[in-house]
Amino acid sequence: MIKTEALSKHYHIGDTIVKALDNVTLHIPAHSFVSIVGPSGSGKSTLMNLLGCLDTPTSGRYLLDGMEVSNMSDNQLAEIRNRKIGFVFQGFNLVPKLTALENVELPLIYSGVSKKERRSLAAEALEKVGLTDRSSHLPSELSGGQQQRVAIARALVTRPPIILADEPTGNLDSHSGRDILKLFQKLHEMGNTIVLITHDEYIAGQAQRIIRILDGQIVDDVEVG
Amino acid sequence: MGIWQAFRMAVKSIFSNKVRSFLTMLGVIIGVAAVITAVAFAQGSTKQITDRISQLGTELIQVNIFGRNTNRDLTWETLSEFASDNADVIAAVAPQVTGNMTVKAGRNSLSTTIRGTTYDYSVINSQGVSEGRYILDIDSDLRQKVAVIGSRIKDKLFENENPIGKTIKVGEQIFTVVGILEELEDGAENTKDDQIIIPVSTAQRITRNSAIRNYSFLATSPENVKEAMERISEFLTDVYGNENMFRVTNSAQMLDTLNSVTETMMTVLGGIAAISLLVGGIGIMNIMLVSVTERTREIGIRKAVGAKRRNILTQFLIEALLITGLGGAFGLIIGCTAIWGIGKAGLVPAVYSPLWMALSFGISLLVGVIFGMFPANKASKLDPIMALRHE
Ligand SMILES: Nc1ncnc2c1ncn2[C@@H]1O[C@H](COP(=O)(O)OP(=O)(O)O)[C@@H](O)[C@H]1O
Ligand SMILES: [Mg+2]
Repeated sequence: MIKTEALSKHYHIGDTIVKALDNVTLHIPAHSFVSIVGPSGSGKSTLMNLLGCLDTPTSGRYLLDGMEVSNMSDNQLAEIRNRKIGFVFQGFNLVPKLTALENVELPLIYSGVSKKERRSLAAEALEKVGLTDRSSHLPSELSGGQQQRVAIARALVTRPPIILADEPTGNLDSHSGRDILKLFQKLHEMGNTIVLITHDEYIAGQAQRIIRILDGQIVDDVEVG
Repeated sequence: MGIWQAFRMAVKSIFSNKVRSFLTMLGVIIGVAAVITAVAFAQGSTKQITDRISQLGTELIQVNIFGRNTNRDLTWETLSEFASDNADVIAAVAPQVTGNMTVKAGRNSLSTTIRGTTYDYSVINSQGVSEGRYILDIDSDLRQKVAVIGSRIKDKLFENENPIGKTIKVGEQIFTVVGILEELEDGAENTKDDQIIIPVSTAQRITRNSAIRNYSFLATSPENVKEAMERISEFLTDVYGNENMFRVTNSAQMLDTLNSVTETMMTVLGGIAAISLLVGGIGIMNIMLVSVTERTREIGIRKAVGAKRRNILTQFLIEALLITGLGGAFGLIIGCTAIWGIGKAGLVPAVYSPLWMALSFGISLLVGVIFGMFPANKASKLDPIMALRHE
């Protein structure tokens, strides 16, 4: 469960203040599928980084499962990212020198899972995204859609309750984009909380709820029929 | 994440970029190899000289006289008297007049060292006779033409015959062989087995060397060497009126000098080693910084999926340690091969110093920690968002 109260992120550039995120109060219950839409530069990524504990807010509060996150240490944040959150990025962000399987294993290394168990959990996650036959391929040997599926497998391998995706289909053709979307729907059905950032109206429409953001502020928040 | 996991990741990273890893190691490889080879060379040549000096015996004191007409002031009689007056510290003294001459017996001939001395030389040098007799003081008094020959001379001139009682021709003079020296060095050339001992007075005449310039003294014990040397110097200063006419030396003293020279040499080598490893370390830091920049995105990804600062720090530090450790190991292998080669080539004896090997390997690891720390720390402090956005 995600809860923010007047969450703000300001950047000082010279004399001007860029309000990347301004007084965002938001509540996302567990097991929901939310999409966040807005034009480029509206603050979507900033919001995702805050929700994903990659960044700390300038002001406001952020409660993750009832825990105050805003003033946690780097180490505590790293642990929360490892246990509670799975990230999917627009640019896939796989480590180029590691195979698909090794990339999926990565979060497990930092949660202290034994090598043997890592292997089997990673293989299981790859199976969920339908890439068992590509386990030993390097990212450079995979298509964009396949790379993004590896990234999704990596996001779900630690079984985190929340999956945050920042324009996951932005670099993909519409066909692969639809495959990825189906995967998110499947993950949602399995009980994950999904926050999907996009500027594709069709994809946004597949979520249960659409939050519209502009200039760092929420301008619209609707449930989809 | 355990150390073992970090180690595995470091191995993977090093092997995925073999050429660069090797070039990075090169400074350390050359540094370590150079240090241990140079140290081995220094220690080997020291050992070679030390062995030779200690063969001379630590109780032996050599006196060399310089200048002309030396025996006008110092006669053998006064010196013998001085020696017997100081019998508490001086056990024996023998004069030496040496020259190189051709020796003939029948059709055989060879060139060897002719040493004119007295009976005491056999005591001082611990080389008596195996057959016949040594020269005696009376031979010297009567200027007898008698000779004691080394085993090499016997083999070359007489082969299987018994030479005792036979004559040899030294220069233009005929000598009678009265004894054969104990064989000490397998009858090899230019050793104690390759010489002819004759009475000192006879030697003075045939080498046309009226002056005796060399004396060997034997101290009564190693502890008395210093006292004996002091008394000899005092006596000779009295005789000549100054201290520049003679030199009094002892092998133990020579060893001391040699050891201090070796020590200086080692200090210089240590300094060179430190500098070369420093240069190697800077090279490692440079490459590691490039590597951190190149892998910024990877670091961002690792942090996003839950890597803590110390995980990243350990990863890069172990990588640096592994590079310097491998470099050090290669350096040791190359260095040992070089030492072996030098020994094989007969330049100096091969001396493997475990202390210096451990030291240079340890220093290379230390270099890894010190110069890896800065890049590793930089990597661990990267902001994950910035890192992920890095192109
Ligand atoms: N590190 C930063 N420093 C300064 N300005 C930033 C920084 N990160 C983001 N911004 C600004 O914040 C605003 C929101 O950025 P972002 O969240 O990336 O937008 P979106 O993801 O919706 O395209 C933009 O105007 C951007 O320029
Ligand atoms: Mg964005």
